[in-house]
Amino acid sequence: MIKNTGIPSLEQIKSKFPDEVPVKPKAIIECYQEIPCNPCATSCPFDAITIGKDINQIPRIDFDKCTGCGSCVYSCPGLAIIIANVKNEEAVFRIPYEQLPLPEVGSIWHGVNRNGEVICKALIKSVLKNKNTDRTCIITVIVPKQFLYEFITIRCPE
Amino acid sequence: MVKRDLIIVGAGPAGLSAAKVALEAGLTVTIIERAAILGGQLTKQTHKFFGSKEEYAKTRGIDIASILIDELKNYEKRLEILKEATVVGMYKDYVLTIYQGNEYFKYQAKAIIIATGASEKVLAFENNDLPGIYGAGAVQTLMNLYGIVPGNEVVMVGSGNIGLIVSYQLIQAGVKVKALLEAASNIGGYLVHAAKLVRLGVPIYTKTSVKKAFGDKQLEKIETVKLDENWQYIEGTEEIINCDALCISVGLTPLHQLLSMAEVDMIYISELGGLIPKKTPDYETSMPRVYACGDVTGIEEASSAMVEGKIAGLMAARDLGHRHKKFNELEKQFKDQLQNLRQGPSGVKIRLGLQKAGEEL
Ligand SMILES: Cc1cc2nc3c(=O)[nH]c(=O)nc-3n(C[C@H](O)[C@H](O)[C@H](O)COP(=O)(O)OP(=O)(O)OC[C@H]3O[C@@H](n4cnc5c(N)ncnc54)[C@H](O)[C@@H]3O)c2cc1C
Ligand code: SF4
Ligand code: SF4
Repeated sequence: MIKNTGIPSLEQIKSKFPDEVPVKPKAIIECYQEIPCNPCATSCPFDAITIGKDINQIPRIDFDKCTGCGSCVYSCPGLAIIIANVKNEEAVFRIPYEQLPLPEVGSIWHGVNRNGEVICKALIKSVLKNKNTDRTCIITVIVPKQFLYEFITIRCPE
Repeated sequence: MVKRDLIIVGAGPAGLSAAKVALEAGLTVTIIERAAILGGQLTKQTHKFFGSKEEYAKTRGIDIASILIDELKNYEKRLEILKEATVVGMYKDYVLTIYQGNEYFKYQAKAIIIATGASEKVLAFENNDLPGIYGAGAVQTLMNLYGIVPGNEVVMVGSGNIGLIVSYQLIQAGVKVKALLEAASNIGGYLVHAAKLVRLGVPIYTKTSVKKAFGDKQLEKIETVKLDENWQYIEGTEEIINCDALCISVGLTPLHQLLSMAEVDMIYISELGGLIPKKTPDYETSMPRVYACGDVTGIEEASSAMVEGKIAGLMAARDLGHRHKKFNELEKQFKDQLQNLRQGPSGVKIRLGLQKAGEEL
């Protein structure tokens, strides 16, 4: 149970994805608990995320409005948002990353699941860090398609 | 004796916010802070904050401190700041005794805001005084203010937000976090913080505590034990974890000593962390024109500490004859903000505590 492990079930994870496999990049908001927080909603330039007046509500996303721009990814203090889509049999992710060293573009790192286990290879496509991201890096990674609902972060292969 | 209008003790988010509103209203303000830098706990919070825009959500704590300090710059002529100055006494005649640079002196104020924050609770187990055993807040200070890591392999005790966040920051500093132990059956802090740790490979053990520490001159390993429903050790479930540092993060308790010394009415509320001052909806204590705000009135978060500080600053200014131009508007805004922050499930404990203390919500 997520309450004592910190790990969501596959069902919970899937409930945060669009019903159909996303062809265009969409924000996957893994925020499962009512907490007093709303930067995801206030930072979305397309009003795709709603929390409402009660700041404790769980964010809801309108996938039709989400352009996959990524603003919410670095605005979320919980690092709970990733952007995902599937293209040419590959799953493409944009993830927040706050560890050193940073990966080099073109290198292969470990792909890691929500339990912290290495599950696949992850090809680093880009590493973005600027004033807006405020010292959080946004890393674009490609992993095999079957890990769409499993992949969550990368780890340095030592 | 030096005479002042408003003295604010403590320059954390609560004290700095109180100063801003009081200055805005036209008061002359003195801030007394025992540390060398202003910002209180914020000075070591390198992570992005929760909350809403009004409380600088998504900004890192260290940067919130800079924002709060910058906001005071417009009022330099009416603002006095004593740093590395500890208030060691507070008396019924509004006299504060201060210790700074090997000297003691006295200030007398017309009004006082106590914003001293909190200190960390300790945990009782065998050998808990071995070098290598720290409070989590102390570790955060060592790492993020002074660039010193506490060890190479750490175990964290306590899964509240502080335990979770400090664990994450230990990993950022290159330290291995071997495990996080939690006595309760559920994770105490926000699940998003827990998820960040788990994906970095940190196991979280609930219903588990530390029973004993081992080491010759310094911590070498700990013995953990499973707990039953009544938080009693389950014999035979002991396990050894090798580690050279142990961080204890089992809660905070208000730094109430100055208020207690002035014999302000106090009440013990476990949900709020311990002994807190009784206060009116205007954050005034039983001593007229003495206000309290932030963690010293109950352990909460930086966001609520800032709003409470603003209320205290607003009321202190009014009571000294400097009613803020936008008093009515601001009072409503601040009180609504507080209510909004506390209304969700994570505010249950706070609401219960405030109710027990006899406060309106
Ligand atoms: C150890 C610790 C770690 C925390 N970690 C987090 C976190 O990771 N994330 C988060 O959101 N919140 C965290 N918090 C909570 C958040 O930082 C606090 O809720 C918030 O800082 C409270 O603000 P405050 O102004 O009431 O107190 P503080 O920020 O504690 O400020 C109190 C100030 O008063 C000064 N002071 C105290 N006594 C005296 C005296 N006698 N004379 C002069 N000065 C005095 C202190 O030096 C300090 O600067 C933490 C709190 C603590 C105590
Ligand atoms: S990716 Fe962009 S458009 Fe989509 S929810 Fe996030 S901020 Fe809004
Ligand atoms: S910003 Fe992140 S943690 Fe905060 S409500 Fe949105 S998704 Fe949840």
